[in-house]
Formats: sequence, C-alpha cells, structure tokens
Amino acid sequence: MSAVAATPGRPATTLRVRGTYAPYLLSLPALAVMGVLLLVPLAMTLVLSLHSFGMYTGISSDYALANYVDVFTDPYFGEIFLRTLRISLCTTLLAAVLGAPEAYILHRMSSPWRSIFLLVMLGPLLISVIARTLGWAMLLGATGVVNQTLIALGLIQTPVEFMYAETGVVVALAHVLMPFMVISVWAALQKLDPQVENAAVSLGAGQATVLRRVVLPQIMPGILSGSIIVFALAASSFATPSIIGGRRLKVAATLAYDEFLSTLNWPLGATIAVLLLAANIVIIVGCNRLVERRYQQVFQ
Amino acid sequence: MRRNGPLALAFHCFVVLFTVAPILVVCVVAFTPNGYLSLPTSGLSLRWFRTLAERPEFLQSFLDSLWLAALASTTAVCLAVPAALAIGRNQFAGRGLILSLFQSPLMIPHLVLGIALLRLFTETGIGISAWALFSGHLIVVFPFALRLVLTSAVGIDRQIENAAVSLGAARWTTFRRVTLPLILPGVVSGWILCFIQSFDEVTMSVFVSTPQTTTLPVRLFLYIQDNIDPLVAAVSAILIMGTVLVMIVLDRVFGMERLLVGPGRS
Repeated sequence: MSAVAATPGRPATTLRVRGTYAPYLLSLPALAVMGVLLLVPLAMTLVLSLHSFGMYTGISSDYALANYVDVFTDPYFGEIFLRTLRISLCTTLLAAVLGAPEAYILHRMSSPWRSIFLLVMLGPLLISVIARTLGWAMLLGATGVVNQTLIALGLIQTPVEFMYAETGVVVALAHVLMPFMVISVWAALQKLDPQVENAAVSLGAGQATVLRRVVLPQIMPGILSGSIIVFALAASSFATPSIIGGRRLKVAATLAYDEFLSTLNWPLGATIAVLLLAANIVIIVGCNRLVERRYQQVFQ
Repeated sequence: MRRNGPLALAFHCFVVLFTVAPILVVCVVAFTPNGYLSLPTSGLSLRWFRTLAERPEFLQSFLDSLWLAALASTTAVCLAVPAALAIGRNQFAGRGLILSLFQSPLMIPHLVLGIALLRLFTETGIGISAWALFSGHLIVVFPFALRLVLTSAVGIDRQIENAAVSLGAARWTTFRRVTLPLILPGVVSGWILCFIQSFDEVTMSVFVSTPQTTTLPVRLFLYIQDNIDPLVAAVSAILIMGTVLVMIVLDRVFGMERLLVGPGRS
C-alpha cells in the first residue's frame, strides 16, 4: 500500500516531509461530512431511544432503558424479531442453495456464455428493488403465474397464499439478494486452480467426490461470506417485506417505520433502529476474520 | 475445463428463469389493455403509458431522482479523491480508523441512516428538505466512490509525479495534469456506481422525503402501499428498460464484472 516508503536510494520527498499532516488535511473534508452527517445523527438516535413517549405528552427528555425493556419483554416484539430472524435465515439458505451452484456452473461455462450469463445474474443488482419486488407481487398473487403453473402441473389443488405470507417474502428477498451470493462465490472460484480438479479426476475421483472434497472446501469461504452479507441485508430489509408482507406481516424494519411515521412513537422506533444496527454490527464484525479479507470487494 | 452436465444445465435454466421472471412479468403486464393486473391476453396496449403521461408527479420525481443522483455522486467523488490519495499512498496514525469510518455506511442499515437523518434535521430545527435527501444519499454512496478511486490511486507510480514536480510543475498543475488523468478510470466508474446506488435508494429516502421532493423509487413505493395497478408496472417497465440499456453500455465500456465484483480480478 505504501508507495512512499518503498522508494530506495532517494531522500525523502517533499511530499513525505509534508506527509505528517497532509493526509489529514486531504481527508478533512470527507471526515467533516462523515462526522456531521453520520456520527452526530447516530449519536442523536441513540439518545432518542433513551427518551420516553406518551400519547399526549410526546417525547420527554428523561433518560431510561424503558424502551429496551419493553422491546425485550413484550411478546409482540419478540414475535416480530423471531419472524425477522426466520425470514433472514430462510432467505440466506435459499440464496446459497441457488446462488452457489449457479456461480460454479457459470465458472465452468465457455467464453461467450460465461460473460452473458454473469451479466444476467448480476444485472438485476442495478434494477430498482421496487420494480423487482413488484414483479414478485404479480407472480405470487392468488391468480399469479406461479399458482397457475403449480395448479396446471397438478402439484396443488387450491392456490397457495404467497402474498402477505413469509414464503412470499423469502422468495422475493432471495431473488433481490442472490447476486451478492453469486459475486461472493464467483470471487472465491477465481482463485480455484483447475489443475487441482484435474488431478483429483486423474487419481480416480468421481464427479461427486471432486465437488464434495475438492471444490466445495475451497469455495466455502465465499459461500460463508456471501451468507453473512445476505443475512445482514435480509435482516434489515425494508421495501421487499413491506410490499410482499403488507401491513400485517411486520418485520423489524417495517415495525420501526410504522413507529416513526404512523404511531409517531419516535423513541420506540429509534430503539428498534439501534437494536437493528447493533445486530448488524455483531453479525458482520463477529464474523470479522472471515469477512475482513473480502468484504471490500464483496460488500456492495 | 470440463463441461456442465445436463443436470447442471437444467439447474442453470431454472436459476435463470427465477432471476428473469419477475423482471419480464413487469414489462409484460405494463402493456395490458385491462384496468387491472393481468398478463396481456387480449392484445397489447399502450393505455397505461398514456395514463402515465397524464401524471406529471412521476416525471417530476424521475427528474428529482436524476438530479439528486448526479449531485450526490459528484460531491461524493470530489470528497473521495483527496481522501483516497491520502489513504492509498501514505502511512499515518489513525489511517485504519479513518478508512473504517469512511466505509462504515456499508455496514449501517439504510433504515437506521434514514431515522438518524430524520432526527438530525428535525432536532436541529433545519427541517426536512431536499438537503436532508442530499445528505443521506451522499453518505450512502461515498464508500463506493472511495473504494473505486482508492483502487486506482494505489497503483500509481509516484515517480511520474516526481518527474512533473522536478520539471517545475506546481502542485496543483501536477494534480490536474498528471495525477487526475491517472486515476480517471476509478473516478468515472466510481461516479457511475454512486449514481446507480443513489438512483435506486428507497429505504433511507422514505424517511427524509417531502411531498415537494420525492425520488421516483419512493413515489412508487408509496403508491404501491395503496394499490398495485398496471400504472406502477408501466413506470417500472420504463425503469427496467432504461437500466438494461445503461447496463449494456456499461458492460461494453467498463465490463460489468470489473464494476461489480471489483477490479483486478478476471
């Protein structure tokens, strides 16, 4: 990283002498913006979560952990957090089951198809989340294409309720987040030496054995870091559960939204936001050793 | 390299169908002649696109989104260039800490950012305006600008700049004529990635939008809350077709993989 120190046989450049304060000066504008628009608001949110709220008194200026106690003891919130956890886990599993093998299949494709289908897989990342979720809302309705196909195939007799149900949210979220899994596994596959696979085959290993004993262990870091990203994004996702799940099937993010913009209980909404942030940081930093090497390339 | 077997190809077709189906269905439904959501079975119609033309608020939001994305991306890149040059080419105390601070918006759920900014702008008495929206978008896209500029700044040979200085170029001239052209690919691709991120952002924007200034994704989201009709399909279809067009151009010019997976990988 340091291009300066690696120049031998030359006195320190002017840049380096000035370097004692120049880097700080150059970072200063961005630091100021981050401080004012990120750190200060986050601190204010934390403070807000400690205030209490009354229907007629509004937001008070006392400090207490009452909101946190409420969230942790009230079964209503417990159910919503459990549902968020369940949806995130199922989404991660579905994204991994579809995304990881797909990345491997893409990896084995030959030249023109490989880049075409990689574009097909990653392209949806650039398409508006709202548009993609809307597509699922249309596909998953009671008279939607998915139900019609399942009935025509004789797999079900009556339409399955995907809309306003966890299954629908999981399917749509897996679609929205799968590109992150493909990116992560794809990056791991790039480091794979095809000769190792060939060596295994020449030593008599079957196709399944090569996959299980040679390929899978090597791309496991990719699958795991992809899973962390998908899980973290699923747990805090808002637009997709809001459209597919509707008003009644609440998750943590839609709950915070309702507290802020419908109930106007800002302190409670801030409490949920703080908990979501803490959970996110624990998930990502907790798996630090694994993610740190990758998350710059992958977490986007 | 061994070929994919028939089972693998069948799986591949399923995943491609899964990926493309919701996007295609929106585009098809947008051309329905009916007044409700349905696949066009009785012919194609531009009815809903005409209806859209009579709703100027969607066009206004679209323009707002474009302006906001352009402004936020440009500001983010202007902040990212000096920061990336400082971080990418110097060792100094607190470098790691500053870098993590700059990258931290990636780890913060957009919902939390939206709530935090809503609190900041109401508590300080500034009030929610287009500035709140701009601030949020700037924070959200900054890490992307920094990452791409940083990647191109790390690879620069310092000797080229030293040559310019030894030939009598002033510091500003050296930056403008030597350094900037060298990091330009990172600056441009960073700007584009920022623009796309900003244009798609909805979760944070929902909290700091006002009836006067609303981005297109937020307007769509709020509209869908009340009813899903072919009108939103028409808006989404236009968005999708626009994005696909941009995507093809980007892939030709930069290579999608470089932009999304990260430079330096093949």
